[in-house]
Amino acid sequence: MSGYASLVNTPVGKRVATRLGLPRPARLRRYAVGEPLVDGPVLVGGHGAAPLLGEVRRVLTAAGSGVLDTLPAGEGLGAVVADLGAVEDPADLDSLRGLVGPALRSLRPSGRVVVLGRLPEAARAPAQAAARRALEGVTRSLGKELRQGATANLLLVADGAEDAIASPLRFLLSGRSAYVDGQVVTVTAAPGGPPPEPADWSLPLDGKVAVVTGAARGIGSAVARTLARDGATVVGVDIPASGDALARVANDVGGTALQLDVTAADAGKRIVAHAVSRHGGVDVVVHNAGITRDRLLANTDEERWRSVLDVNLMSILRMNEALLAEDGVRDGGHLVLLSSMAGIAGNRGQTSYAASKAGVIGLVRSLAADEDLRRRRVTTNAVAPGFIETEMTARMPFATREVGRLLNSLSQGGLPVDVAETIAWLAHDASAGVNGNVVRVCGQSLLGA
Amino acid sequence: MAAATPGPRRAAVIGGNRIPFARQNGAYAAASNQDMLTAALEGLVARHGLAGERLGEVVAGAVLKHSRDFNLTREAVLGSSLSAHTPAYDVQQACATGLEATILVANKIALGQVDCGAAGGVDSASDAPIAVSEGLRRTLLRLNAAKTPAQRLRALAGLRPGHVVPQAPRNVEPRTGLSMGEHMAQTALRWGVTRQSQDELAAASHRNLAAAYDRGFFDDLLTPYLGLARDENLRPDSTVENLATLRTVFGAGEGATMTAGNSTPLTDGASVVLLGSDEWAQEHGLPVLAHLVDAETAAVDYVTGDEGLLMAPAHAVPRLLARTGMTLQDFDLVEIHEAFAATVLATLAAWEDPEFCRDRLGLDAPLGALDRSRLNVNGSSLAAGHPFAATGGRIVASLAKALSEKGPGARGLISVCAAGGQGVVAILEAK
Repeated sequence: MSGYASLVNTPVGKRVATRLGLPRPARLRRYAVGEPLVDGPVLVGGHGAAPLLGEVRRVLTAAGSGVLDTLPAGEGLGAVVADLGAVEDPADLDSLRGLVGPALRSLRPSGRVVVLGRLPEAARAPAQAAARRALEGVTRSLGKELRQGATANLLLVADGAEDAIASPLRFLLSGRSAYVDGQVVTVTAAPGGPPPEPADWSLPLDGKVAVVTGAARGIGSAVARTLARDGATVVGVDIPASGDALARVANDVGGTALQLDVTAADAGKRIVAHAVSRHGGVDVVVHNAGITRDRLLANTDEERWRSVLDVNLMSILRMNEALLAEDGVRDGGHLVLLSSMAGIAGNRGQTSYAASKAGVIGLVRSLAADEDLRRRRVTTNAVAPGFIETEMTARMPFATREVGRLLNSLSQGGLPVDVAETIAWLAHDASAGVNGNVVRVCGQSLLGA
Repeated sequence: MAAATPGPRRAAVIGGNRIPFARQNGAYAAASNQDMLTAALEGLVARHGLAGERLGEVVAGAVLKHSRDFNLTREAVLGSSLSAHTPAYDVQQACATGLEATILVANKIALGQVDCGAAGGVDSASDAPIAVSEGLRRTLLRLNAAKTPAQRLRALAGLRPGHVVPQAPRNVEPRTGLSMGEHMAQTALRWGVTRQSQDELAAASHRNLAAAYDRGFFDDLLTPYLGLARDENLRPDSTVENLATLRTVFGAGEGATMTAGNSTPLTDGASVVLLGSDEWAQEHGLPVLAHLVDAETAAVDYVTGDEGLLMAPAHAVPRLLARTGMTLQDFDLVEIHEAFAATVLATLAAWEDPEFCRDRLGLDAPLGALDRSRLNVNGSSLAAGHPFAATGGRIVASLAKALSEKGPGARGLISVCAAGGQGVVAILEAK
């Protein structure tokens, strides 16, 4: 934590901030190997038959979490999981209020509210569709109501995808999702049947080979480290000029460094050749490399425009030709692309960047629906970071930076590791039911909400 | 029954890494030999995924070396991501240090004593050791040995004002008092090497090195260091015309032809090469670029004999050719270290000269002319610079990669001259 956030957490700063009603960012609970999934028992409940609750109980029990059916007196809660999968009518939503509302006061710092529902677009009747969609409004508002690092997220589960919720549910409950708030994650039936659960949930990428572009610093470096921690062998890719920083990352994680420019015509081919020769293949690709050349559109020349789109979007299309060819990413592999808040909400002076990052979303949706990739059980998702504390944001003017940090439900900037945790989760085989999602890691930023 | 020992096998050159070379007191002014060698090793480890790996050995050295760096290479290994169980030792053979280190590791691999190893070298002309005068050194030694206050006072009384002048290392041959450049100027004169031909060679070196960078040739041979991503000495726009305007710095009068442009500058840098058996490379999923076929070292009597200080490779190459049954024209690529442009040109002239080849080398016929389009095709020391001990590693890795690009069986010759009238040469062959 830095600047404002650390100031208001000093004894004096805390008193001043409380008096003035200023936001006081909490220290977020972040994942560490060996720590419990949730900080305290989990209250579960729902509406009617609560069709997903059985699986929820199984997942929680397997994770060693205490499961409660009624609100305990005088005991803090780690999370509330509410199954609203059976709502037929907006009147049914009162079950959600009745379960979650009274529990909020018991929620511990960095607690979790996870609401489960069904896809509104699959509803049989207008009233059911309305009720299902209403869950999103409740969850997003809850995200803004919660304090002390607690988050609220909605998990929409398609019919037939009940057996695919373990990994997303664990993610949203755990410290891995520290900076994911007010989001909707959709789980569909995983291509090729129920996703396999890892033998060891602390090594979900054991035996996998992951390629990370732009791995030398910032988010890419955190991604490389996080994937390696989860058990993957990492190939770090970055431009030759960043080779020294890249070498440090590669050596820290016991991986290999591949110095190449992702915009080179043969970049994809060289990545595949390297990964196959050194490590026997590729299972995970994280398209993270990106640049900004910010200018108002009125002042953007062809070169600036071209370079941003080339690095951030067109290089991915070119590399995918080799990466997704028969000898590229292995069956059951995972692609994760970096989008951005700017790609969703737009940002003044970032037309080229936003174009590339919105383009990524279009690309992800298309690849997730691709029949050939579905047959090969390859999933594609995007992560859209909000304000993340990196070298780039550290260079922002003070006021812009502090506003960026505070304009979200958690009243602080996220860390590169928060983005990395989300990417790692999407790269797990157990997450195969999550396909074509764009998961924002933004602390529920007010921008583009 | 005799114990089973593995027969000789060819050592493979698997890859290499160097940091860009910096001009003296340039980007690496504050970097030590240990810093630079460690950085070069770290890039090699990262490129080949060797973090935590125990190599058979790491062998490297430096020409300008502080006394505290007695275990330079081992210290660099301990500061790297390699397993701390990787043994290391230092070697020093002047400018041939890096190539000699490569041969040493390759020989152990050939004999089956180790399966893999790294070889290289480092030098800093900026962070050079400075010695105290001989008088001060003796005084300080006496002071150190003194046991009583009276003895200490007596020792200190031996101090003289002249003692405080420090001695910086000089690029001078101890037995002749001549600088390497002055020696080379004599040889250039002897072989009639013209200013024009030297400047042409220098311009080609810059042109070739720049082109190699531009086509990404060094993307997997080099790791940036301290903000430098290319060799600081490289001038891509260097031409024969602008080289011709430089004044001469070695030799005297009409016959002087050597300038700062056609002589290598003092440089800082480090390089390492990864060597292994074919089996080790395959087990680690590492493609083999080339094999080290054979090597030869020669020394000449430049003190009392009539031979140039840097002409030893001219003697080493024919011996190596005779042993391997090859001719100078059998090589697809030739790397002759550009200590000075005149070094390369005098060597080539000697091999074409029937008298020299007959009288000095004992050959029936001259080695003949070298197709210049095969010489130093990716630039050499005139453009890249020449941190003494780091040059061998630079050449071995670059040549191995260039041969590998040419295809299986492509052959390359390396020739490196060194102070003390020595020369080390070697043959690589693409797998």
